[in-house]
Amino acid sequence: MTRLALALVLLATLPFWVGNTYYVNIATQILIYAVFALGLNVLVGYAGLVTLGHAGLFGIAAYAGALIVNGGHGHVAAVTGALLATLATAAIFAALALRGTGLGFVMITVALGQITWGIAYRWISITNGDNGVSIRGRPVPFGLSLASATGLYWATLVVFLVALATIAIFAASPFGASVRGTRDQPQRMNALGYHVWMIRFLAFLFSGLWSGVAGMLFLYYNQFVSPQAVALGASAEALLMVIAGGTGTLLGPIAGAALVVIMKNVASAYIVRWNFVLGAIFVAIVVFMPEGLVPGTVRLWRWATATRRRRPAAPAPAPGAEGGR
Amino acid sequence: MTVLEVRGLHKSFGGLCVTADVSLAVAAGERRLIIGPNGAGKTTLFNLITGELRPDAGAITLFGDDITRVPSRRRAHLGLARTYQIITLFPRETLLQNVTFSLLGLSRLRWNPLARLAGQTTLLAAARAALARVGLEHLADRPLTETSYGERRRVEIAMALAQNPRVLLLDEPFAGLSIEERRDVHQLLVGIPRDVTIVMIEHDMDTALGFAERITVLHFGEVIVEGNRAEVVAHPRTREIYLGE
Amino acid sequence: MNLWFLLSVNSVTLGGLLFLLSAGFSLIFGLMRIPNLTHGSLFMLGAYFSVSLIAGGLHFWVAALLAGLGVAALGGIIERFVLRRLAGAELAQVLVTLGLSFMVADVCLMAWGGDPISIATPAALRGATRFFAGLAFPTYRLAIIVIAVAIAAALWALIDKTRLGAMIRAGVDDRAMAQVVGIRVSRLFTIVFCLGAGLAGFAGVIGGPILSVYPGLDQDMLPLALVVVILGGTGSLLGSLVGSFVVGFLYNFGQAMFPELAYVVLFLPMLIVLVVRPQGLFGRAAP
Repeated sequence: MTRLALALVLLATLPFWVGNTYYVNIATQILIYAVFALGLNVLVGYAGLVTLGHAGLFGIAAYAGALIVNGGHGHVAAVTGALLATLATAAIFAALALRGTGLGFVMITVALGQITWGIAYRWISITNGDNGVSIRGRPVPFGLSLASATGLYWATLVVFLVALATIAIFAASPFGASVRGTRDQPQRMNALGYHVWMIRFLAFLFSGLWSGVAGMLFLYYNQFVSPQAVALGASAEALLMVIAGGTGTLLGPIAGAALVVIMKNVASAYIVRWNFVLGAIFVAIVVFMPEGLVPGTVRLWRWATATRRRRPAAPAPAPGAEGGR
Repeated sequence: MTVLEVRGLHKSFGGLCVTADVSLAVAAGERRLIIGPNGAGKTTLFNLITGELRPDAGAITLFGDDITRVPSRRRAHLGLARTYQIITLFPRETLLQNVTFSLLGLSRLRWNPLARLAGQTTLLAAARAALARVGLEHLADRPLTETSYGERRRVEIAMALAQNPRVLLLDEPFAGLSIEERRDVHQLLVGIPRDVTIVMIEHDMDTALGFAERITVLHFGEVIVEGNRAEVVAHPRTREIYLGE
Repeated sequence: MNLWFLLSVNSVTLGGLLFLLSAGFSLIFGLMRIPNLTHGSLFMLGAYFSVSLIAGGLHFWVAALLAGLGVAALGGIIERFVLRRLAGAELAQVLVTLGLSFMVADVCLMAWGGDPISIATPAALRGATRFFAGLAFPTYRLAIIVIAVAIAAALWALIDKTRLGAMIRAGVDDRAMAQVVGIRVSRLFTIVFCLGAGLAGFAGVIGGPILSVYPGLDQDMLPLALVVVILGGTGSLLGSLVGSFVVGFLYNFGQAMFPELAYVVLFLPMLIVLVVRPQGLFGRAAP
């Protein structure tokens, strides 16, 4: 509990000890993508359904929000409208994608993501195509301005914490267990009385909702959205965050998001070609630490500390003396 | 009173007929054994009864109700439970969590996204009790990956029993067990009260024959012989199938 | 009328190019059950290779061949040292190809810069060919069609008439059984992956004079290959052929007739096929 409290304090006071606006913005970006990754993990990690089309949901929220704001309807309408649009789209995506399993599911999500991207790219009369859509100004919730980097950071932090708490509760709930069950033994779950399709469908919706939330945060951060946010590459990057960090934990997607964002922004100042490094890290993680960075690091740490503890023991253990690991 | 009845069941995969006009009726509280050489269609029959496979023709009745069109997931709620020939447990969970899945499947709680599963004391106590019935309570918090094959077979049975079934389908519950383990499982099965009807598929003749009251012999998807122990053992066709005469 | 004719021939050309790109993808998907997400980057890499080779004084066709071989070699290395380590874990293999595509794309950016580079049409094929009714058509585009047909014939001969082809067909049909009858599946995988990669690289060069080379070419081509293979079925050569031409037509006519919904016109059929008939129009059902 104290580790959690410490983390919260550090996060809340970040703008003060980080100093530079640039780094505060990095932190905001990490939080936005952490929300996206955590939501994606519900589908990929808990339900075991890999998807390469979630950027479509992210983008729908951002575009819907932008269009509503530019239509003069205010931010409350924008957020509500965007999230409703995301849920509706997620329902359609889910109903179609769940016609396939495994690889078929992935392929369908790719197709759906590409259709969404195609609309964003080509339906110029609505989406302005490649030029994207800009909005002016950020919301002013309860009279607090989000125009500054620090203000936006805190608002994003609040949303992130809500997302984290909600997903944590979900994971620890009976429904969360049902979702995990369908990942590991869908046939048996069926025979045990669970409605496997409905469980997956609802997990997809829940996952999509958070993609939409992340999309809105993205819109407010950049005050701009373009088709790039909906492209296959964006879905791939999100998947990278989840896989790299580790799908079994809550911390994993957050770590993955941090890794990708830091690579993209900070490392690119020092390492000329960050994409290469990112790809290489990803390949290395999949090959050597398939369970992801967080569990893999934990495993490595345990192995390293266990080795150190064992060494002071007698070089030739007496027979029957050491029964454990 | 017949609790489970199967009438004229047919199932083919492409050109291969796996279940051919199978009919049988199991009475309340009966201990029925289904035997037959490999490939006789025994597990397929189970899959048809639980609804995991859809029959090409025929009807299945449970407690007098036609369940042929009832989706698989509803049959568990009607009192049907099964174990699997190939162990299909949840590898990333503990034994307690495995059995909890069984209990949760029949409870409305399984749709609840807000409650804390770890705080459901009644449910978890029932899961522990189910594990105790198969003598595994002391391993409740052990991850499945750290248990032996024999222990996992018992978890399979615990999961089925936890559903408080009225009809229990056991698919080779003794497979791969040592002599002692077979004795333990046999004791366990014998101790199941008569309000549960049991249908078992088995290869191990010694143990199974001692347990069964009526026996159905399947061969190439067809019912060849049916009767009590003495009748089946004496029947010439049984010897033909098993000894190839 | 003129416009439709032009669009049609362009569509056939695009179809030919897509066939070169997708045939390899389809073989890899069919045999190894991996949608090779690196395929687009390999296409792009081949094109970039040829840029340097041609700049070094080599003739277009020689460059095309060498580029194809170079990419094939890279494919072999990828299969042998990365994919084989993950044998059996198909999802991991897919993810790895995704990571590799990032790496290859970035290497291209590093080595050849961010500006689009055009590849000159080979001298002999410049200009137009005159048809009846005074219609003229760029000779090179016709050449692509011829090349695609030639390669299709060669591949067909390989798959249908040679022992290697028989092994590939067996592996696509039932990998486990193929292993049981003694086919060295792991070596087959390497060969097929090399072949697929090489075709992609070669295709990149062939497509160069039309598409030119630029960062992002891989992301433009990969989804097209996906659509072709989904429509045509995985592991089916005929399917890739038909699928390629269908996509060529959908893409060009879609752009011309429904510019705002161009990509929807392209991906909607793919979606429909996936939802209704997951194994594609020609392929066999996945196990």
